Amino acid sequence: MNIHEYQAKEIFEKFGVPTPNSGVASTAEEAIEIADRIGGRVVVKAQVHAGGRGKAGGVKLVESSKEAGQLTEELIGTHLVTNQTGPTGVPIEKVMIAETLDIKDELYLSIVIDGDLGAPVVMASSEGGMDIEEVAATTPEKIFRVIADPLIGLSPYHARDLAIALEVPSESIRATTKLIIDLYKVFIENDCSLVEVNPLVVTKDNAIVALDAKINLEDDALFRHPELANLIDPNQLDPLEQRAYKSDLAYVKLSGGRVGCMVNGAGLAMATMDITKNAGADPANFLDIGGSANQERIEEAFKIIVDDTDVEIVLVNLFAGIARSDVVAAGIVAAAAETAAKMPLVVSMRGTNAKEGIEILTDSDLDITVVTDLAGAADVLQQKLLELERSN
Amino acid sequence: MAILVDSETRLLVQGLGRDGSFQASRTLAYGTNMVAAVHPGRNGQKFENNVPFFSQVADAVDQTGANTGIIFVPAPFAMDAIIEQVDAGLELVVCITEGVPVIDMVKVMAYIKDKPTRLIGSNCPGVLSPGYKAKVGIIPSNIVKPGNVGVVSRSGTLTYEAIAQLVQHGMGQSTCVGIGGDPVHGTTFTDVLELFEADKETEAIVLIGEIGGTREQLAADYIKKHINKPVVAAIAGQSAPAGKRMGHAGAIITGKAAMASEKIKTLAEAGVHIAESPALIGAKMKEVLG
Repeated sequence: MNIHEYQAKEIFEKFGVPTPNSGVASTAEEAIEIADRIGGRVVVKAQVHAGGRGKAGGVKLVESSKEAGQLTEELIGTHLVTNQTGPTGVPIEKVMIAETLDIKDELYLSIVIDGDLGAPVVMASSEGGMDIEEVAATTPEKIFRVIADPLIGLSPYHARDLAIALEVPSESIRATTKLIIDLYKVFIENDCSLVEVNPLVVTKDNAIVALDAKINLEDDALFRHPELANLIDPNQLDPLEQRAYKSDLAYVKLSGGRVGCMVNGAGLAMATMDITKNAGADPANFLDIGGSANQERIEEAFKIIVDDTDVEIVLVNLFAGIARSDVVAAGIVAAAAETAAKMPLVVSMRGTNAKEGIEILTDSDLDITVVTDLAGAADVLQQKLLELERSN
Repeated sequence: MAILVDSETRLLVQGLGRDGSFQASRTLAYGTNMVAAVHPGRNGQKFENNVPFFSQVADAVDQTGANTGIIFVPAPFAMDAIIEQVDAGLELVVCITEGVPVIDMVKVMAYIKDKPTRLIGSNCPGVLSPGYKAKVGIIPSNIVKPGNVGVVSRSGTLTYEAIAQLVQHGMGQSTCVGIGGDPVHGTTFTDVLELFEADKETEAIVLIGEIGGTREQLAADYIKKHINKPVVAAIAGQSAPAGKRMGHAGAIITGKAAMASEKIKTLAEAGVHIAESPALIGAKMKEVLG
């Protein structure tokens, strides 16, 4: 789960990580008030769940509190389109007004769990303020890593090693070490999947400050942190993804596709997307209905797929182990009746109660083609897509 | 022979809620040798009028000689259940539970590192050896067939798909192993490949990977050096965009190596036969075995 920069910053502060003086505004008046308090010259940062804000015009330096108010007025209520969002962008509902610092050096710091190592890894770079993937590709020698012991944690000497590798001024080594340890605590105690500071800055008077704050929380651990689960901002999600989130469905909207995919199991869902692509069309979504979905959730899943205006044809691929095909079929029929969706359905059902499921579908008045397996699905899909093209 | 589970398996089940009980009943009905069920407070009762209940894993192991454990407990309690089973000395522990926090699995892996227990999962469909009627997991028993192809996969339902394709082309399985879709998991591709190579009943291997991580590359390296049996591989997620989690916590493209195309390239270079589409796993194996 993503949270906003201002929320991540509050968590940083709770753990003693130095951050710039700032406030959050959703109106020009609030922005002016905060900028006046800070001292006029401030940075206005759009609060959205997307990287690439700076290049997209979502982060700007202004010289006065009046300008801060004007810019806030301009930004609030609009959508920011960055290289990480879709073409419609993400809504700006809040901005952060932050003090400017006299920066001597920009660094990078992040913490993730490396699945292959099975341990938390702290990564730092002397090249702050840049896209870290690019640094890794072009100057990998400027990236330093330490691996934390899962049971002992991050040893202070690890943090010190990083501070020294980053070549911070001698008098800042102690503060940098403390900051890295505190960020590690942020990561572990909040069950994060990512903590990232880009840039982490060294100021002219050698203070170390987290100029930016990014936290991704691990969805699977939110049960331990109900207060963090409340930080979700559903408006930052695609509207269809927002509905899926509410129904506890694993759904990802994919741009440019026209084949809606409804599958049980993540691996099979990806495989179904792949055969769609092989058949000559792009999948419109990833959707895993999971093992124990009831009819209500199946109905909502189907509605989400057909409410996507990109979708022209639906591919249902079910290999029911825990799931029941008849429940899925009944859900599809009920949802289709409500949405009046007339698009063709290609259906493969195997496993638990598959025969009953297929009967329910073929007895309905939906445009259904039943196939027996994945290869059959690919063939029929190809044929149906040709028919669609001809009729267009 | 087969691998991991066979006629020697003496199974202990932990976590008999609604889904757990349903799956345990099927496991029992299939013919798996289930010797103990663990549920605090039901000591003295019997599961399905057949398998004795115990309140503690260690007690159950002492009294029944269980050597394999399966875990269905909800995610918040999965780490505790794994550690309880490891401490009780079970040889093999299979954790089916989905949604276990990554940091919990990180701690579990650090804890069991020097212990003799082998862990499979979390978030996996488990293991099934059709020739021995030994099922430790949720793979549907009506789709498998005894035979000589070993199957190892990160996915659940895509594993069923592969099994169905093999059967459709007349090929049975020695053992099917789902290692799970979480980024941090116990037994890896490499571990299972080593077991299949040593297993006399396994003649060929199907490996099903997906986007995320670099475990497929490690498998490719291992295959090149140590595996003489033919391997057919399919990688799911060729059409997945970068940066988005495709259901499985482990299935997110973070860097070039995590992409399907990179994994396919590395596997092909290691001499693995690639099923160009996930619909062609069975056909490819048929072609390879002639």
